[in-house]
Amino acid sequence: MSILEVQQLAKSYRQMGGAVTDAIGGISCRVEPGEFVSFVGPSGCGKTTLLMCIAGLMAPTSGRVLVHGAEVKGPPSNLVLVFQEFNRSLFAWRSVLENVLFGLEARGDASRRAESRARSLIELVGLKGFERHHPWELSGGMQQRVAIARALAYEPEVLLMDEPFGSLDALTRLELEDILLKLWQQLGTTILFITHDIEEAIYLSDRIWILSGRPSRVIDELQVDFSRPRDQITTRGNARFMELRNAIYRRISNEIAG
Amino acid sequence: MKSPAERLRRINWPGWVALGAVLVAWEVSARSEPGFGSYLPRASEIIPSLFRLIVSGELTIHLLASLGRFVAGYTIAAFIAVTLGIVLGYFRILHSFLHTLIEFLRPMPSVAIIPVALLLLGIGDSMIVAVTVYASVWPILVNTIDGVRAVDPLLVQTGRTFGLGRWRILRRIVLPAASPYVVTGLRISLAIALILVTTAEMIAGSRGLGFFILDEERSLRIGHMYAGVVLVAVLGYLLNRTFLALEARTMKWRHGMRAREAV
Repeated sequence: MSILEVQQLAKSYRQMGGAVTDAIGGISCRVEPGEFVSFVGPSGCGKTTLLMCIAGLMAPTSGRVLVHGAEVKGPPSNLVLVFQEFNRSLFAWRSVLENVLFGLEARGDASRRAESRARSLIELVGLKGFERHHPWELSGGMQQRVAIARALAYEPEVLLMDEPFGSLDALTRLELEDILLKLWQQLGTTILFITHDIEEAIYLSDRIWILSGRPSRVIDELQVDFSRPRDQITTRGNARFMELRNAIYRRISNEIAG
Repeated sequence: MKSPAERLRRINWPGWVALGAVLVAWEVSARSEPGFGSYLPRASEIIPSLFRLIVSGELTIHLLASLGRFVAGYTIAAFIAVTLGIVLGYFRILHSFLHTLIEFLRPMPSVAIIPVALLLLGIGDSMIVAVTVYASVWPILVNTIDGVRAVDPLLVQTGRTFGLGRWRILRRIVLPAASPYVVTGLRISLAIALILVTTAEMIAGSRGLGFFILDEERSLRIGHMYAGVVLVAVLGYLLNRTFLALEARTMKWRHGMRAREAV
């Protein structure tokens, strides 16, 4: 059974003036356990709305989301969403360690094991020595590491990520991509990733869904079969990487041109 | 721990010099015109007379009476206003119901309620505490509502994605995130509570610093009156300092964050 299944999901909402916007126009997809999959699409195509619906934070207008075959009615306990705006989603009154412990506390786990798990995740994302700092003392890249560590400490089966590296500088971005891949391979978490960066999607994913503009639909699905572990230089330098990038780019720009 | 040298450096020397200068100017003008004596005793007389009043215990009962009313009124107000503020901040419908009422009552000078309280409660502690509660509630209430409403929705979403229900989101996310606002309200009300205790005591007390000040004035013991005024001033100053010290300790993150933003 697929770990996550989206069936004909559509979402419209009423805007301030009363006009109805169709954000998502019927999306279906399946994610298998342990996969790394991505949605790419033009900006404003309702990607965030899609993730909010999958995360159970927003109710779809029609269609449904299944986790392990059970319909999502509210936030499922084995699924966590990492937001793009790490500076807004971290708890300013908590230290790095306390932020990472948040998910464990939420599960009711305040044991010593929980703390050592939090500490080891902090180390894995490269923040050892910053446990007692507060989020506002850290750079953007470091803040997003905290958010990732916090999500993974919760031990979700599925991690949803909404353009998590979208507002970071290019170098930090590459570094965090590799950290994320390493953690994914180590922990076996299923990851559903959203980005508008085509190369990032190719570099990270097993499969990619290309979304149309609003109301968004899946216009194509691509298998990415570069071997793992991947490498920023050799994987991205591969001629097929470029082909794939161009193919996706052509698909999206055709879509925008309509 | 701060070293003694560090403590010395943190003292606001210019501020204390200015205060000293005012005392000196007072002393000089009181001495230069002996006729002033009955309205404006010398500063050097008031301090010893305040000291004597405290030692003899004459002022202590008034101080304790005022402090007791202050603590009772302020604590009750804080409890009511924070609780109500959270509820109104959290539930939009309730807020819509009460918003206009609050905005109507809040700007009214709270001392105007004293005659009403006298009528309903008569002369006594309960009336003084009641008006103190009434006046102190507003700043805390309004700030708490604002604070709860200003909580970033993304923080709440974060709580939800980690499986927290409404109650735990309130306790673990909304309350800490709104706490800087609550603290601001509490600080404003600290001064207001002292004003109301003193004023109400002047109108309807047989004890307390407000009563003492007015009573000494009417008995033409001007030196004692000034001693009472100085004591209220010192009391207000100390309460504020204590509050700031507590705030600095509990809201460390907020101060650090602000210092960061200012850079």
